[in-house]
Amino acid sequence: MTTQDIHALSGAYAVDALDDIERARFEQHLAVCADCRAEVASLQESAGLLGALTDVAPPPEMRDRLLAGIKEIRPLPPETPSSIEGIGAALHADSSVPSSPSGSAGPRRRGWRLLAAAAAVLAIVGTGTVAVVELTRDDSTQTVSTAERVLSAEDATTVAVELPRGAHARIVRSVSEGKAVLVTSDMPPAPDGKVYELWLQHDDVMVPAGLMPDDSDQTIVLEGDAADASAAGITVEPDGGSEEPTSAPIALFDFSQTT
Amino acid sequence: MRPLSSVPSGDPSPEGTGSPGLAGLLRRIARGDEAAFAALYDQTAARVHGLVLRVVRDRAQAEEVTQEAFLQVWRQASRYDENLGSAHSWLLTLAHRRAVDRVRSAESAGRNDTAYHGTTHAPPHDTTAEAAESSLEARRVHAALETLTAAQREALQLAYFGGYTHTEVAAMLELPVGTAKTRIRDGLIRLRDAMGVNQ
Repeated sequence: MTTQDIHALSGAYAVDALDDIERARFEQHLAVCADCRAEVASLQESAGLLGALTDVAPPPEMRDRLLAGIKEIRPLPPETPSSIEGIGAALHADSSVPSSPSGSAGPRRRGWRLLAAAAAVLAIVGTGTVAVVELTRDDSTQTVSTAERVLSAEDATTVAVELPRGAHARIVRSVSEGKAVLVTSDMPPAPDGKVYELWLQHDDVMVPAGLMPDDSDQTIVLEGDAADASAAGITVEPDGGSEEPTSAPIALFDFSQTT
Repeated sequence: MRPLSSVPSGDPSPEGTGSPGLAGLLRRIARGDEAAFAALYDQTAARVHGLVLRVVRDRAQAEEVTQEAFLQVWRQASRYDENLGSAHSWLLTLAHRRAVDRVRSAESAGRNDTAYHGTTHAPPHDTTAEAAESSLEARRVHAALETLTAAQREALQLAYFGGYTHTEVAAMLELPVGTAKTRIRDGLIRLRDAMGVNQ
């Protein structure tokens, strides 16, 4: 995408008319383009005017629920240079937000086989059993990290996916180690207010496997037992992550595709 | 790209939407002031909920989204920077984002199923619009919308109230992709200019 093209997305961004990947790309651009930041702010003011057309009072109980709910939530501190380190912690803190009391209508956890069509944009490439030689453990080190153990395990298998716009991700799993490791490259940061969440699928139930830090290139051990998982995935979730996926995976790693 | 005239950073919203008090309330909320939160809620709940309901349509889900949006306001009030825009805009941007995310995730997860629609019914949108129609502010926005070309208005409304991506809007209107995003942007600029002139 050319620079010219990305500037032209300001209006669509201001009204949330970009898909997740475009949004992430545009926010990357915003970080370095003061003109676009100013333009987006101006266009968001403009979009907000349309809110005057739709006023509808919420039910009165909502006020009581909120005033009770906020007592249990600590407001975030202002962002300061030294708090950059704390972003991850803030994301976790976010999970303390109680889901809506009326939220019982949420979806059941379900496996992503149901969502295969939604993930069809992704080419799932089974690469068979792969010895990850480039990341072999350093035998001189006493402590070998879990990631290194998985990556160098004899039974390590890899599933790689290509993400839109040149990002790559692969998951290496070792049944003997009981763990899976995600390795990403050129991953755009999650959209503002969002986080990438990792999942392991067990019997069509999606189990949270941790949140991804905003780094384009990283190696992360998925939380939880990966030995009998049938798949792993990445979704874009609200800050703090979710107990169950709220969106289709942007990447789906089907472990049956490795052999 | 077309240069934009700058918007004063103080309170660029027309009176009525950008009550100067909102920014002050957010500052107090950031310090954990529950009374300030209640005051902010009272001033903005109908605005926020109406927008969310328009996008989400399902009443029960809209209430969840509105509630989550206000909890986010409580938690993140310290992140509001008045140099970057009005409190009104910050609030609606935050709520709109959540509403759009909700409808899209519901669709992509294939769970916009009958379970929701069997138990809850969104009001016809005309009713929603009528409720606000009488306000002076709404009439001004309507008048400003009239200055957009029909094509701009259509694209903007599908994106903002419909929650569709510009790519989807282009497909719905049978336009080349680049055209929809341009119409949305031009429509927003024209809307802002028209409201600015009226102030």
